[in-house]
Formats: sequence, C-alpha cells, structure tokens
Amino acid sequence: MSNLTRLTISEARSKLRAKEIKATELTDAYLDAIDAANGEFNAYVTVTHDKARDMAKASDEKLVRGEGGALEGIPLGIKDLFATEGVHTQACSHVLDGFRPRYESTVTANLWADGAVMLGKLNMDEFAMGSSNETSYYGAVTNPWRAAGSNKQLVPGGSSGGSAAAVAAWLCAGATATDTGGSIRQPAAFTGTVGIKPTYGRVSRWGTVAFASSLDQAGPISRDVRDAAIMLKSMASVDGKDTTSVDLPVPDYEAAIGRSVKGMKIGIPKEYRVDGMPADIEALWQKGIAWLKEAGAEIVDISLPHTKYALPAYYIVAPAEASSNLARYDGVRYGLRVPGKDIIEMYENTRAAGFGREVKRRIMIGTYVLSAGYYDAYYLQAQKVRTLIKKDFEDAFAAGIDVILTPATPSAAFGVADQEMASDPVKMYLNDIFTVTVNMAGLPGIAVPAGMDANGLPLGLQLIGRPFDEETLFQTAHVIEQAAGRFEPAKWW
Amino acid sequence: MTIIDTRTPDPKRLIPGATGDWEVIIGLEVHAQVTSNAKLFSGASTSFGAAPNANVSLVDAAMPGMLPVINEECVKQAIRTGLGLKAQINLKSVFDRKNYFYPDLPQGYQISQYKQPIVGEGKIIISVGPDKKGEFEDIEVGIERLHLEQDAGKSIHDQHPTMSYVDLNRSGVALMEIVSKPDMRSSDEAKAYVTKLRTIVRYLGTCDGNMDEGSMRADVNVSVRRPGEPFGTRCEIKNVNSIRFVGQAIEYEARRQIAILEDGGKIDQETRLFDPNKGETRSMRSKEEAHDYRYFPDPDLLPLEFDQAYVDALAADLPELPDDKKNRLVDTLGLSAYDASILVSEKAIADYFEKVAAGRDGKAAANWVINDLLGALNKAGGDIENAPVSPDQLGAIIDLIKEGTISGKIAKDLFEIVWNEGGDPRELVESRGMKQVTDTGAIEKAVDDVIAANPDKAEQARAKPTMAGWFVGQVMKATGGKANPQAVNDLVKAKLGIVE
Repeated sequence: MSNLTRLTISEARSKLRAKEIKATELTDAYLDAIDAANGEFNAYVTVTHDKARDMAKASDEKLVRGEGGALEGIPLGIKDLFATEGVHTQACSHVLDGFRPRYESTVTANLWADGAVMLGKLNMDEFAMGSSNETSYYGAVTNPWRAAGSNKQLVPGGSSGGSAAAVAAWLCAGATATDTGGSIRQPAAFTGTVGIKPTYGRVSRWGTVAFASSLDQAGPISRDVRDAAIMLKSMASVDGKDTTSVDLPVPDYEAAIGRSVKGMKIGIPKEYRVDGMPADIEALWQKGIAWLKEAGAEIVDISLPHTKYALPAYYIVAPAEASSNLARYDGVRYGLRVPGKDIIEMYENTRAAGFGREVKRRIMIGTYVLSAGYYDAYYLQAQKVRTLIKKDFEDAFAAGIDVILTPATPSAAFGVADQEMASDPVKMYLNDIFTVTVNMAGLPGIAVPAGMDANGLPLGLQLIGRPFDEETLFQTAHVIEQAAGRFEPAKWW
Repeated sequence: MTIIDTRTPDPKRLIPGATGDWEVIIGLEVHAQVTSNAKLFSGASTSFGAAPNANVSLVDAAMPGMLPVINEECVKQAIRTGLGLKAQINLKSVFDRKNYFYPDLPQGYQISQYKQPIVGEGKIIISVGPDKKGEFEDIEVGIERLHLEQDAGKSIHDQHPTMSYVDLNRSGVALMEIVSKPDMRSSDEAKAYVTKLRTIVRYLGTCDGNMDEGSMRADVNVSVRRPGEPFGTRCEIKNVNSIRFVGQAIEYEARRQIAILEDGGKIDQETRLFDPNKGETRSMRSKEEAHDYRYFPDPDLLPLEFDQAYVDALAADLPELPDDKKNRLVDTLGLSAYDASILVSEKAIADYFEKVAAGRDGKAAANWVINDLLGALNKAGGDIENAPVSPDQLGAIIDLIKEGTISGKIAKDLFEIVWNEGGDPRELVESRGMKQVTDTGAIEKAVDDVIAANPDKAEQARAKPTMAGWFVGQVMKATGGKANPQAVNDLVKAKLGIVE
C-alpha cells in the first residue's frame, strides 16, 4: 500500500489511467503517510483530508469514464503562499491569522482544472523570506535527509522548505512552490528533488501572496524532471488578471524530455567559482560538465561579469518591494488585529506582533532604501545593476550559448538552528548566491540533483535558460538526471 | 520642475496691504474623477450613492495576492482630457506606488503616476471680467501635467462612540490629477480656471464635474509676494470642494499671509484645510510632518504604452470644445463674443441653444436663450436639462414672430404661458386668440374709429408727425395688442396724411 506514495507523477498517471489503482487509494495512501510522519517533518501546516478525498472521488468518477485532465487524481501539496478558497492561506505568518480566502489562485485553479487533488497547505518561511524554512510562524521543517551516521536535524532549505521536504519524504506526489531569489531551487537541491523557477511571466501571480512582485514566480518541486515538466505545463498560463503574465502558448514540456543535447552549447560562467566554495561543489560541477560533454554538448567558458553585484542588489530590490507589498497587513480588514489606543498604535501593535524578525528586518531595509535621499543611492542603483545582470545573460545567449550550468547552492543542507546563520543574516543570504541572478534577470532556472557531498547529503546543479525556453532546461536536466541517477533519503521515520 | 513666472504684475490685481501692495500667486491641483463604469484597476462599479462597501472588489480591498489590471477606458479618458487641454500626450508613462498608512487606503499605497505622467504640458484660456468698462480679459493658464491615480476610501467617524468605519466604495476609483502652473494672480482667476476646466471635462464627458458629489476637488497652492519679487513660501489648502470656496479660501489665505509678513513674520510651508463654516483656513500639518511617500514604480504594472495612432483616433473623435464652439458662434452666427461665451459656458446650454438656432436667426435665438430662458431659469433656480420650455417650443415661438403671427410683445406672454402650463405654442396662439391681426380691413376700421373720436389730436399730429405714435398706441390697445404694429403704423400715417 505505502508503495503507492513511491510512484512518480508519471507512474501514478499511467496506473490511474490504466485503472490499476484508484485516485482515492492513492490519496488515502498519502493522507496516511502525512498523518504518520508530519509530526516528524512539520511539512504541512494544514491537511485537507475531506477535501482531498472528495477531489479524489471526483477524479475516480472521471477516470472510470476514461476522462480526466493531465493531473487527474494526482495528490499535491500546496505552499501556504497560494490562495486556496476556504482553506488556510497565511503565508505562514501570524499576521494572517485565520485568513481563509474566498478566492482560488490562478495556479491552484489550473491544477484543479487538470484534475489534481489537494492534500493540504505546506510550511514555508514567513512570506517566503528565508533560506531554511525557520522563519515560519508554524516552526521549522525537518529535512528527510540526514548526514551519514548522524541524527542531527537538517533544514530543508527555504522558503519552499515544506514543499521540498514533503516531496522528498513521499508526503505528496509533487508540490507547488515559489521562487523569488532561489526559494524553489535551493530547497530542491537540499532535498534531492527537482525544482524549476520558470521565466518571469510564465506563471500567473494572481492569488499568490506577494513577496517581491518583480521577482516572484511559482513553479513545481517534484521527484524527477519529467514530473516537473508535467506540473509546470498545468501551472503555467497567460492570465488576464496578471498583466505581467506573458501571452505565449504553453508548450508540452514533457515532449522535450529524452531529446539529445548533442551539439548544444553549455556555458560555464567563471564568476560562479566563488571563494571558499567546498570541494564537493566544485567536483559536482565538473561531473555535470563531464556528463553533458559525454552526451555530445559543447562546453564553453563564459563570463557573466556583474554576477558579484547580484546578491547585494537583490537584497535592495526584494525588500523594497516587500516593504510596500506587506503594507496591507495592517489589522484593518483581515488577519491579526492587536488593539491600541488609536489607529497608529493599532498598526504598530498588530505589525509588531504579526511579523517575525526576518520579515521585520526586510521591511525595514526596504523602507530605508526607498526613503527620500536614499532612493537614488540604493534602489535606483540596484535597478541599474539588475539591467546589467540581465545584459550579461543576453550577451551570453546572443553568443550562441543554449544553457548555462552552475552549482545550485554553495553547500549541502545545514543544521536546524545553525548558530552561524542565526548570528549573521548575511550568511543565510549567501545561500542564494547562485540563484538570485536568475530572478534578477527574469530567466528560467532548474535545480536537478546530481550527487552527494562527503556526508551523503544531496547536492544539486542549476541550469539557466533563455527566456521562455523551459523546454531546453527539461531536456538538459533530464540528461544530468539520467547520468546521476535519482536520490532518495534513507527512511528513518 | 522649474517654475517659470509667466505673468507681469498687474496693478489692478494687486492686494493693498498696510505697507504697500501684494501680489497673490496661485496654482491648483484639481482631482477630477474619471467618468467610467469601472475603477482604475478593478472591475468594481463607480456608481455614486451605493450602500457602503457595495462597490468593492477583492483588488479594492487589497486582499492578499490581488493584482491591479489597468482599465483601458480610464486611459482613454485621460488622453481625451489631455487633448482637450491642448497638452502633450506621453506615449509611455509609468505607474508608481505612493506609500503611506491610512485605514481607508487598503493597499498601504496609492497607485499614482510620479515621474512619468500620461499627460504633460498644456494650457487653458480663461476669461475674467467684466471690469468697470464691461470688458473681459483672456488669460492663458499653463497646465503642468495630468496623471492618473487611485482615489482612497472614506473613513467615517460619527457612527460609533469609539470606532471609525471605513467605506471602500471610492477606493480605487480613477482620478485625474490636473496640475496647473502657478499662473493665477487672483481668486477670480482661480475660480475662472476651475470653472473652465469643469466646462472642458464636461464637454469631453471625461468627468461629470459635480463638486458637491466629490467628483471634482481642488488643492489650492497660495503664496504672496511684493510685485516683482521672487515667489514666496506657499501653503497648500487641501480638498476644497466648491468653486465659491476656492475663491474664499484664496482670499482668506492671501490676507492671512500678508498679515504675517507685514508683521515681520515668515510663512511656514504647510498643508492647510479650509473651513467653509468659518470661512478660514487652518493648519493641518507642517512641512516637517510631511510624509515620505517612498515612491517607486509599481512592479505589478508594466509601463503604460500606446502609439500615436491610438491618440490620433481619440483626437478624431473629440467633440467640439468650448473655445472652438465660441469662435464658431461668433464667426458663423454673428453673435457677440459675450453672448457666445455665455452660451458655451455649459455644454447643456450650448446644446440647447444649437437646437433652437438650427434653421433660425442665430442672434434672435441667442437673445431668447440668454435673456428669457436663462433669465427665467435663474429666477426659478432650475437647470437647463429640466427647463420647462424645450428647444422646440422656444424655436416655435421664434418662428411665430418671424412669420408675423405674433408680435414680440405677445411672444413674451406666450413664453410665460408655455413655461407655466406647457403646450404647443402654435396651438396656444390659436386657442387663446393671440394671433396678430394682419387683416388691414379690421385695422383700418380701428384706425378710423380712433381718428374720428379724437379730431383735435389728429389735427396736432398732422402738424407734428411724431404725435402719430399716440394713435398707434391707441389702435394697439383697441385691438388687444394683436394688430400688426407695422401695419397699424403705416395705416395711421396714411390716414393722417403724414408723408415721410
């Protein structure tokens, strides 16, 4: 029975269509797994048992008739950032206490329209701000992976830590996630899962709680590359309700899987070889280069000269937008309200109690960099850097590079409550060093597991593609996946 | 923005102080609600007078994850208004966020346009006067810019002893902020400017201009200086909601500032409120307390871009504007500039007039509309849309005069009957026996009777032909005013043997 949860989406899809298994069985298997293990992982902040069973039942009725969408009967976990009608939607923040929207995000509506089943809402860093899932009001998430011979709890990465942990621990067939500076790719790399951040504008942001509007994109975290392709196809759409979504047809991403990379030009940016990078990461990168070369791709050394400015510029742009986006959480209309003697005190009390430390830190940074007298020096300057970063990539692609290969993270998963990270926020921010450039440039990036470090923890490689060329990412990631094999944690729970 | 002083000090506009003359400098920021069915970034209705929070979408309430989508109709209206102001239309403009906390501002920011507005520089010609000689003066007032922005909701403080209520019906409604250059030099000019601006947007149909419903309100910037000196420190009087109050606020504020300066004080740059009950302005917040709005481009919205062809198509569909209409009435109908300016001052009046004037003598139509119709409306306190006399009815009255069926004097009576009782003027003339007598036989008899009854007066008249007028009056009296005065005049002279 519990073997059902080991099926990938594509495997489950075949068995459901062939009527070898029922959607209700599959959903029940996941619900049982969640009920048994969520206490260990804290991956779900709410489990929607009844809704899941109702949706699965409806899927079975369709499947019996030989009908159903691309994800008919597939049980998914949904990051708490996505609005789900009548269901806990709090961005894992205290300030949204009790918030149950009357609307459904475009992404989840697309998934339900294709027949997917909702298992519940997944834990995350508060308002997607964090790289370890420890800023959640609902507590930290535990990574299903442990270092060899150790019982130490590790973080799953963040902000989509609940999504990555749930996928890796077989608590959902796949999960929605969001990525503003690496929040899909870093947790995917930390948990041996696949995560893709599509091109900005590929997936509608409508109904997804905003962190930094010009950087936020939703994408899937899944067990393998094919599953990511299947999920992204359903999640992506052009949406009249999000004017930054782009009116391009959504290709059949799955069809790209299995295509040869022969003759493809793979760019290796020298600026991603950072000081103090662990040997394991360097070795992994070289392995990736070797695999692609073996598969017939051409390896080209490239330069993306403004890379080193990306992280500081990101930590100006993202907090600036966040400081404005989070202004609506004022205790007036929904969520938490802490009374005060007047309106100002009510605002202050509500926001002081409602936001956690990291969110407050970013609101303050963002408010500062937008203030009169600082705007030009910080925000405007960061936007110029952003333009240059974008141009670096454009130049590389114009020179014939098809896809860029980099490490996904500068290290493997670290410990929960890591003292170094806790005492220095910048150390935590450095987790995003390889991923933020992609958000700043609005490009698609995929993290694919490629090996392990000396302690037996998974490591990921990142592929960066041309705008709206997710197909090439799936195609290339699949080649790495084939060479590296799949990575699954030893079950200890 | 560099401010250019476009006016030379004019003695007749100066305000005398205790220590000499002062010049008042005025610039206006008018917020005009865009006429549109839906809000600027949401599909919610903009109808006036709905129950509190009835016209609120998820976007207007700033629910988590909601995104603004620009309403193209509002963009068109802004462009049309810009064209009406003879202004530069910017093919690319940017929406920014103006950040501040207020309970009736759900997003915590207002979406506005800061550095790149949709409309740039333009101008409005205002007419001030008449002066003692009855002359009007045309003055050009520069427009600095027009931009689109969201309105806020409304906080209501008198419904509960300890709480305030919030009504979000207006939240997100499209406003055009129309910023003038500091080109006005008297309260009369400022009032004429707001009046003219309101006329233009009403002609265009881009704002209903109803200040009592809050569709148009003005922030008034006032400073004073000695003639010839640089601009003084200004104060901004917020949210003045009638043209009369604009005038009162400026008069009060100018005198307040002059009094301070003449006492050796200095003006603090601040935001003030006008209290219509007391007729005074009072401090709202100082420059130090001014918000830092932390403007930045709204990342939820792409820059607003359209091409020149789009603007040209809107320009081609623009209705005739008041200045053009005025010129046409003067040039083609031969009206005086004064009459024409009265007729074009409101679109409804101009529409009424043009219906009356169609196929008729323009001057006659103008006289009737201005003197009789507008006069009666003034007295009765109605507006022209609901005038008791329709353009067709008034036209028929004018036709009856022209045909000689009634005299001008009878026509005034007929107008009053139509005003009070309604009815077809032609039928009324018949049924009430108001028809002018043109039958010379009947008139002749009346003339003969009057001459026969007054032989001594006839004698005098033969000697002094101007006396003939007395006979004409007597005949008119005898015929109940219905005789054709010209026919009577001719016959009296013929019978008395007066030769001209």
